[in-house]
Amino acid sequence: MKFAIALFSPPSAPSSRRALRFAEAALHGGHEIVRLFFYADGVHSASGNIVSPQDETDVARQWREFVTSNGLDGVVCIAAALRRGVLDEQEARRYERQAANLPAPWVLSGLGQLHEAAQLADRLICFGGD
Amino acid sequence: MSHSLLIISRQAPWAGPGAREALDIALAGGAFDLPVGMLFLDDGVLQLALGQAPQAVQQKDLTANLQALPMFGVESLYACAHSLALRGLHETALEVERLDGDGLRALIDRYDQVITL
Repeated sequence: MKFAIALFSPPSAPSSRRALRFAEAALHGGHEIVRLFFYADGVHSASGNIVSPQDETDVARQWREFVTSNGLDGVVCIAAALRRGVLDEQEARRYERQAANLPAPWVLSGLGQLHEAAQLADRLICFGGD
Repeated sequence: MSHSLLIISRQAPWAGPGAREALDIALAGGAFDLPVGMLFLDDGVLQLALGQAPQAVQQKDLTANLQALPMFGVESLYACAHSLALRGLHETALEVERLDGDGLRALIDRYDQVITL
């Protein structure tokens, strides 16, 4: 089955971790993930600036490694990201901000990517709230 | 055939960007000519209140953007009758179909995909 996965929660929320475990299980079960789309507070789950204590789970890093190692299409909504201070190099330059905190493999793009993913997938699975 | 998408908007207009972000999904879907519907539920029905004064809390008025929905081809607009009644809302700033519990269940069942914000 083809899944599109949307995340609306920051990495501190259990639902960010739950979404990651779901995504891992989907691939493990032989399914396809057509795209991950991070929206609303979910953009924080893609931040490269999160520092977790050593004995705590670093969900944002796990997301990054998961997307990279599986060659997935990881899209972060640009409008949601800008208003929450999640910027890639290009946006940090454009808006003259001191730091970029959205590393590869994440890509900033618009809501059209969410709709396209929902059309390409058999199922759209959303994770939000706690 | 395109998958239909129901966006359930549950946030008050002053409660952060949630209301705006739910609306943006609907407007984008309309711009791509997709079959999109929108349901206002719980505090989300407060977006429909008449006579809002968002400037008083340094917020932008969302009402004009909501009224753009039909222009973007998003004409399937619903509100939970119970949520409206609980908050004392009788008239609404946008024409919506009011649904009771059974109506809500049937609505959600009718759509292929659902996003709740």
